[in-house]
Amino acid sequence: MAQDRPTASELLAAIADFLREEAIPALDRTDPRLGFQTRVAVNSIAILEREARLGTAADAREHERLAKLLGRQGTLAELNRELARQLRAGERDERDAALMAHLEATTADKIAIANPKWR
Amino acid sequence: MTVHIPSEAESVASGLATAAGRHFSRPTTIDGLTRQSGGASRQTWSFDAIVDGVRHELILRRDPPTLGAVESKAGSERSAALDRGTEFRVIRAAWQTGVRAPEVLFELEPQDGLGEAFVMRRVGGIAIARKLLRDPPYAVAREKMAGQLGEILARIHAVDPATLPPLDRREAGDHIASLRGLLDTLGTSQPVFELALTWLDRRKPPTTTQPVLVHGDYRTGNYLADETGVTAILDWEGAHLGDPIEDLGWLCVKSWRFGAIDKPAGGFGSREQLCKAYESAGGIKVDPARAHWWEVFGTVRWGIICHTQAWKHLSGAQKSMELASIGRRAVETEVDLLQLLKTGG
Repeated sequence: MAQDRPTASELLAAIADFLREEAIPALDRTDPRLGFQTRVAVNSIAILEREARLGTAADAREHERLAKLLGRQGTLAELNRELARQLRAGERDERDAALMAHLEATTADKIAIANPKWR
Repeated sequence: MTVHIPSEAESVASGLATAAGRHFSRPTTIDGLTRQSGGASRQTWSFDAIVDGVRHELILRRDPPTLGAVESKAGSERSAALDRGTEFRVIRAAWQTGVRAPEVLFELEPQDGLGEAFVMRRVGGIAIARKLLRDPPYAVAREKMAGQLGEILARIHAVDPATLPPLDRREAGDHIASLRGLLDTLGTSQPVFELALTWLDRRKPPTTTQPVLVHGDYRTGNYLADETGVTAILDWEGAHLGDPIEDLGWLCVKSWRFGAIDKPAGGFGSREQLCKAYESAGGIKVDPARAHWWEVFGTVRWGIICHTQAWKHLSGAQKSMELASIGRRAVETEVDLLQLLKTGG
């Protein structure tokens, strides 16, 4: 059953705005350490807000690419475990263009959630 | 009847008064004791010791009482870290060789009740990377920092191993095995890190014939600097014997540029500036391919440390929102690694 609005993303954005605009300025005056910790919290909430919006589609894309790359079915965790095993064993490496395309797409989706400003 | 339970600061002040009194052989008053922010896993306290009316500006470095006892498996990146007594002797050896390090004065003893700890002289300057990289007062210093960092590093690598306490020897192959072990302990699949570790394994530099003192965490954020540049190299707990180029590679890891991405030398200059200063000050000739190898290694290492930091929280060893959030920074190094593997070889 769908929840009412606000969506997860909208609610998280509202919490982040409140902390940034009201809580942090007050904390910075009284307890700078708490102000800093609250900035860390705001940053994490911003990650969750993006994850709520983008995470499901990103996981689905990763799952589909992995199944194609490995030529088999399985849960996302199982397929990633198999890919990690192959990479440690040296069965695939950076000369494999399909592998690199998959890793670049997956990493691009992850960084778009974790820290879109990273470059 | 009320029972007075001393606060942490009161306990620290009392232990310090005893220990400092022993060191100075005079009754000593502790003044202005404050806990410094920063350093999630080690405590740093600033204080003055007043002896016969003379004020000594000092720093206490101390392990929080729970640490060590609660170290979980994934803390093994940490358990390779030096205890405070060994760190004390490494810093002393470096300082005596003329390295810009703090002057360490004395160790605390078990009966002082503060755990593993030592005291050193306070050095001016700040360690906050973003201020050093951007604020106007440091504009002149910024021009000199890459060179200074190269020069100081050459001096660290020139410390006579005979003056050091026993330290682990860690070569390229040992580091790779250690990082793979950490990934296994964490139990998460990390394709990009596995790819990079295999890349590293196939190209690893030969074992050093003359291992040197490696600082092990030589980066922006781990030294103090003021308007004149670097004043003291801090955070020696990762010291070991090994390949000198390891420290140069680590300093150039993109995460330590704090946004100044076009300046690989800690955010302050070029690799060439850094290596030239290093070589001029007596360091070995830097082979660019070897430096690149250690930069790739350092990038994987920081990525996996991000996961181990988060694991400290997730395992319950050290509840901390700040530690937990570091787990989501690991992907930054995945982005960098794919770039590094594409551009260099």
